[in-house]
Amino acid sequence: MTRYPRWALVPTGVALALLGIPLVGLLLRANWAELPGLLVSDRAVDALRLSLVTCTISTLLVLALGVPTALVLARTDGRWGSVARTLVTIPMVLPPVVAGLALLTTLGRRGLIGGPLSAIGIEIGFTTVAVIVAQTFVSLPFLVISLEGALRASGSDFEAAAGYLGASPSRVFWRVTLPMAAPALASGTALSFARALGEFGATLTFAGSLQGTTRTLPLEIYLLRESDSDLALALAVVLLAVAALVVGVATHLRAWGSHA
Amino acid sequence: MPDAVRIDARVEARDVELDLTLGEGELVAIVGPNGSGKSTCIELIAGALRPDSGTVALGGTVVAGAQTFVPAHRRRIGYLEQRPLLFPHLTVVGNVAFGPRSRGASARDAARRAEAELEAVGLAGFGPRRVRELSGGQAQRVAIARALAIDPEIVLLDEPFAALDAAATPELRRLLRDRLRRITTVMVTHDPLDVLALADGVACLSEGRVALQSGVDRVFQNPGTRFLADFVGLNLLHGRVVDDAVELPGGALVTGMAESPLLTDQARAVFPPAAVSLYRAAPHGSPRNELSATVVGVEDRGLVQRVSLEVGSQRIHADVTPSALRDLHLGEGEAVVAVVKATQVALHPVA
Repeated sequence: MTRYPRWALVPTGVALALLGIPLVGLLLRANWAELPGLLVSDRAVDALRLSLVTCTISTLLVLALGVPTALVLARTDGRWGSVARTLVTIPMVLPPVVAGLALLTTLGRRGLIGGPLSAIGIEIGFTTVAVIVAQTFVSLPFLVISLEGALRASGSDFEAAAGYLGASPSRVFWRVTLPMAAPALASGTALSFARALGEFGATLTFAGSLQGTTRTLPLEIYLLRESDSDLALALAVVLLAVAALVVGVATHLRAWGSHA
Repeated sequence: MPDAVRIDARVEARDVELDLTLGEGELVAIVGPNGSGKSTCIELIAGALRPDSGTVALGGTVVAGAQTFVPAHRRRIGYLEQRPLLFPHLTVVGNVAFGPRSRGASARDAARRAEAELEAVGLAGFGPRRVRELSGGQAQRVAIARALAIDPEIVLLDEPFAALDAAATPELRRLLRDRLRRITTVMVTHDPLDVLALADGVACLSEGRVALQSGVDRVFQNPGTRFLADFVGLNLLHGRVVDDAVELPGGALVTGMAESPLLTDQARAVFPPAAVSLYRAAPHGSPRNELSATVVGVEDRGLVQRVSLEVGSQRIHADVTPSALRDLHLGEGEAVVAVVKATQVALHPVA
């Protein structure tokens, strides 16, 4: 028995080819013999280290800001709730270069907030801090949206039960809400980390491309693509591996969550 | 001694205005049609809802009023609802210890208390198990242990057996009856058997008001409202326990089947109106209960005629067919013999 018209297989085949073949092409072109040597070169190490550090910090920021936000949104209905949800969703669909421009005009030297900061000697634009701000800006929605959905679906009955047992709202949050949302939290974290790692447009616009300071992996790959395509492909393989790992972890965790 | 529960509160949005008092250690069943304010009543006591005006006092302390509101986690409420709501990420003992831990007990004391509570609900040794390994009845027993581990001032039962299969219910009723002795309890239920097995009194709500608050015997014998009559749907006779039977004040003996042993002085015999047959003279034979009764009224209920009878000073009903009624030529004030098979009589001890 078929559950779909036979012709649907044709567009499906085209779609899978479109998505899969470029990845295979990338892997086939990569210089596997030289890969270890390429990855320990100065430019590669700088980019890898910068990406690792900034993505770790931005993911921690995303967790610190995003988890409480997701809880508040999941337990808030009405007009202000939907306004806040819309605000959180916008960065997900905003072109990254526009996000970068928005950050630059706000936090840059002559910006709304950047101006006064600059006057007291604090510069954000074109520093590593700018990289982290850009990554946090684009990846925060991924955590908030996925976690909010999970918290809304699980409802607040268990939290109420914990309250009757004598747990304060904070204790309920740490001992009931968070552990019960652990699968969604972990997969949301993995998704935001992946989004931060791949961040390009907003970083380039707001933070520029200084080796070791703001030139993360995607920026370095873009710069190297013509001058040293072997190194560009080697770094691309690293990003592809991380992406595959994140998808694997997220899928696994979602399955775990649905069985819990 | 102050009242254990004193509600005199209004919730405008739901058009609820409750005036209800419970004595220390009393178990009151809240009954009423859907939307009559039963959930509101529970939520007001639990602290899930703040009244618009009026007060809620527990043990003489105002917990909700114009200037005060004590949140749920600072009250001592043992709350049990249809679903056990056990935390899936904790073990069985972790669930039961959660309350004492949240109220400042050390990990060791909380675990010891939890083990004792599990033993009291017949689940000794279940502590290390995962919650998802439990059956529905076991999970609800863990929920009982968890609710009682905080030494609640008030226990709230919100249809605690509604989600269980019928086989698990008598066992749990017996357990609650045992564990709730001397704990003030409010129970919302749609099942008259819950009322018979557990309650001291009944409060009937209607359109957000307490329409009637009375003892269980009164409510069953003289329901007062149509809702209560339909809710009850059963005859009840109160008497003294003599061996395995109930002796009515007039001396008549009622035998039946007991769900839990009759270890008390007083007990109730309960049976449906359809189980009662009426005779002019005692027929004798088979294990039957024969009660001398006086007809006090006949109500036409369509397919059956409901005959109201007085047995001593207590009232029961018999559902008979119109033809049977014609054959008997029954009129008000006439003496009859009401016969009930022992197998159709349930005996319930009165705490």
